[in-house]
Amino acid sequence: MTLEELQRTAQEERASQSKVACHLHVCTAASCLSAGSAQVKQALEQELAERGMRSFCRVKGVGCMGLCSAGPLVAAHPEGFLYGRVTPEDAPDITRSLVEGRPVRRLSVPTDQPFFRRQLKLVLENAGLVDPERLEEYIAAGGYASLLKALTEMTPQDVIREVTISGLRGRGGAGYPTGLKWSTVAKSTDAEKYVVCNADEGDPGAFMDRAVLESDPHRVLEGMTIAAYAVGARHGFIYVRAEYPLAVARLRTAIRQAERAGLLGNRIAGTPFSFHIEVRLGAGAFVCGEETALMASIEGRRGTPRPRPPYPAEYGLWGHSTLINNVETFANIPVIVREGGQWFARIGTATSKGTKVFALAGRVVNTGLIEVPMGISLREIIYEIGGGIPDGRRFKAVQTGGPSGGCIPEEHLDTPVDYESLAALGSMMGSGGLIVMDDATCMVDLARFFLEFSKGESCGKCVPCRVGTAHLYELLDRLVKGEADGESLRMLEELSDLLRHTSLCGLGQSAPNPVLSTLRYFREEYEAHLAGRCLAGTCRVGANR
Amino acid sequence: MSRMRLATIWLDGCSGCHMSFLDMDERLIELAGQLELVYSPLVDLKEFPEQVDVTLVEGAVGTSEDEEKLRHIRARTRILVALGDCAVTANVPAMRNPFGPQACLARAYQENATRNPGAPQDEVPRLQTRVRPLHEVVPVDVFVPGCPPSADVIFYVLQELLAGRVPDLAGRSRFGA
Amino acid sequence: MNAGIKTLRIDGRDVSARADQTILQVARENDIFIPSLCYLEGLSPVGACRLCLVEVKGASRLLPACVTRVEEGMEVTTRSERLDAYRRMILELLFSERNHICSVCVSNGHCELQSLAERLNLTHVHFPYRYPRLPVDASHPRFVADHNRCILCTRCVRVCDEIEGAHTWDVMGRGIEARVITDLNQPWGESESCTSCGKCVHVCPTGALSEKGRSVAEMAKRRQFLPYLTMMRTQAR
Ligand SMILES: Cc1cc2nc3c(=O)[nH]c(=O)nc-3n(C[C@H](O)[C@H](O)[C@H](O)COP(=O)(O)O)c2cc1C
Ligand code: SF4
Ligand code: FES
Repeated sequence: MTLEELQRTAQEERASQSKVACHLHVCTAASCLSAGSAQVKQALEQELAERGMRSFCRVKGVGCMGLCSAGPLVAAHPEGFLYGRVTPEDAPDITRSLVEGRPVRRLSVPTDQPFFRRQLKLVLENAGLVDPERLEEYIAAGGYASLLKALTEMTPQDVIREVTISGLRGRGGAGYPTGLKWSTVAKSTDAEKYVVCNADEGDPGAFMDRAVLESDPHRVLEGMTIAAYAVGARHGFIYVRAEYPLAVARLRTAIRQAERAGLLGNRIAGTPFSFHIEVRLGAGAFVCGEETALMASIEGRRGTPRPRPPYPAEYGLWGHSTLINNVETFANIPVIVREGGQWFARIGTATSKGTKVFALAGRVVNTGLIEVPMGISLREIIYEIGGGIPDGRRFKAVQTGGPSGGCIPEEHLDTPVDYESLAALGSMMGSGGLIVMDDATCMVDLARFFLEFSKGESCGKCVPCRVGTAHLYELLDRLVKGEADGESLRMLEELSDLLRHTSLCGLGQSAPNPVLSTLRYFREEYEAHLAGRCLAGTCRVGANR
Repeated sequence: MSRMRLATIWLDGCSGCHMSFLDMDERLIELAGQLELVYSPLVDLKEFPEQVDVTLVEGAVGTSEDEEKLRHIRARTRILVALGDCAVTANVPAMRNPFGPQACLARAYQENATRNPGAPQDEVPRLQTRVRPLHEVVPVDVFVPGCPPSADVIFYVLQELLAGRVPDLAGRSRFGA
Repeated sequence: MNAGIKTLRIDGRDVSARADQTILQVARENDIFIPSLCYLEGLSPVGACRLCLVEVKGASRLLPACVTRVEEGMEVTTRSERLDAYRRMILELLFSERNHICSVCVSNGHCELQSLAERLNLTHVHFPYRYPRLPVDASHPRFVADHNRCILCTRCVRVCDEIEGAHTWDVMGRGIEARVITDLNQPWGESESCTSCGKCVHVCPTGALSEKGRSVAEMAKRRQFLPYLTMMRTQAR
């Protein structure tokens, strides 16, 4: 597909869409699907057919609209009505309202609420709008224009320059500057290079990458292909966890469509540039999200990390120079190429540019998927977008970065969300899990929960992590049960320090963060457990005394 | 100068460390001038006295009786020495830990018994769930690993303590020995 | 100046090295002691035990000497209070992990874990012992695998794969549940890939792998074959 053909396809698709007066968007991402959105979609289609309204209105499955807690979600366009908790029985009312031009009040979800107003969608700009299973819709929304722009108007160096200027940093957790990573791989003289997309997303409670893949898979392919052009790679892999069957299916469909359209594969868009993408499934080990373990797994070996250096850019897949980025990192690329690095760099803070997608979960009114500009405060996320704490309870802490992150208490809620600020608080940006806790949460039990996870997910290769996480977990378990002795807090600190500084990979190095941050902000809860009390009242500490 | 008040005691161990103590042979005579043995399985005293300067503890803590004794000793001792691997690591007695006391009693008194099968009930102290090294029960001042620590090592430890120094076991003894 | 030669400083001593050498190799050449367990000359280094961590000036993290290549002007510190403390703790973690009862071990007196503990002044383990219940595989006619003594250094896995070429050994399970296995976790005696060469037994640093018929303290390991084999192979190329 050349530029002209791409533009023609876009026009034709837009023309076909404007033939019908309205569209009903039914979310078919995993969360709404599990709430029954497939049946809703079917009921709506049937209802429209029975009323002979199919030339007037079309139903389409779209990706995540964000407010997952109100799913299944249905949106009526162009009116912009949004309906939540829709059941198949609501189909007649919804179709009737289309004719009447008035929303169905009892199902309406207000769209002028801060949950929607405070967000800024770049990565998710198409999510909820395009049908993830149709290439034409992505193209009509401007998709693949960035790729063709890069291939026909820019040199690889130009692309890297824009990405560098944009200030984009890796969204997989560590926040490594993306432009720098790309230029390192580009500089390698290796004749064989690889681009890898990390879609392992193993943090409990995180589903940002899944949502992107399920809602807008072509965006990730486009970002990867631009990357491959920039660094000089001809083969790419997307490593997705097998627990994401829908994302895998949509990715495979998207790859097939893009290949057929000449937007992926040999001689892309008629240029000499070729790039192939394969999907590889992960079996669900958290550690396989760590880049060296991930590559071992792609190579068919046991997924355990190895010491770095050498970094993948130097010694990656099968020993070749490899670029590895996160799903969301790649999903930012089409925007950067389209709008320019300068434009992108105006969003966010001095050190953290652009937006971040978060999976908002836990004790907040609105849970779901959000995308916010970097620099927004945690308070705004929790109280404005999240709608505050339900059931009249009080906020206690918010965990960012999942099992590798830490919890942040009330007094730091005005901290801007950026890589450095979160790290300074003893937490980290992580990949985007954001779990809110209210005063009914015991922080010792919380630390125990995360250590149970890290202990189970440690690969067992290096001693500090393998044995240290087990000891940390057991110490916390004893605290929770009221069986701990006075030495345990000192031992927790000692082990945490050891793991942080001597573990081989990021898993062990950051596994102590939930312990250290709760010790830092909620030490009194630990001391209470030693004295046989749980301040949150959830642990039966007294029972064993 | 008054002589150092020394006690030795034997918990869940095999007496090997005490044998090694006796292996100091003629050096015992030399030591006798500098210290007073106020309590020991080697001498016939029923009560553990007050104000002991140094107690050498052989053996791990395997029963409630061991634990009681150890706590009692700790309260009356200035410097408590964990003597030998059983005291330091729980060693051989701890080999029952992965299985639990019931399985061990069953194996010893039931499955392998040729006469009067059945574990002893009231006459003997109860086995605790786990055999523990001393420092998991009370604070320990000096650790002397070794199974058993050699007579030379024990002599060195006592000499250092007599000289008012904390013995440095580095390179002198090791687990297993 | 020859680009293949680097000069660096280890513990204040100026030393020279080939560019492809690691800090550990150069330190050993110069009789500078850096503790190690997973490393064994002749096998690929994996950086797993973390005992060889050293301080390198300008590096934000501690670096494993066994896998870190030398660099021109590098300043390495192999001993400090902090490193000593970390190393002792790592040893303590190993002792607390499984059932290392030195006094009744076939390798008592010939064990690298035991002698490192002695060398690093470890007089006791202050972390609670975990006492897992682990199997002993005595199904092989000549050898025994006692998982109670295994420290998961993976030397057996590597020697079998890289030197013998049988790849009988591998690791199964994650984290604290990880275990070395033969074939697809079949009894060693039933392994179809094992050639009974015994290399694994002799590279094993502890009493985890031993020859049958050895009693307490009788299992000394012979490793001379490894540098010899490696030398023969590199020269043959
Ligand atoms: C234990 C562990 C798990 C990780 N899991 C993921 C993951 O699920 N997804 C991801 O993108 N990065 C993950 N990472 C980070 C990757 O190692 C790597 O830094 C990242 O994929 C680089 O991409 P980026 O620069 O775009 O962030 C993980 C790291 C560690 C240490
Ligand atoms: S830190 Fe943990 S997960 Fe990483 S290599 Fe070590 S044992 Fe494996
Ligand atoms: S010897 Fe370097 S990590 Fe084990």
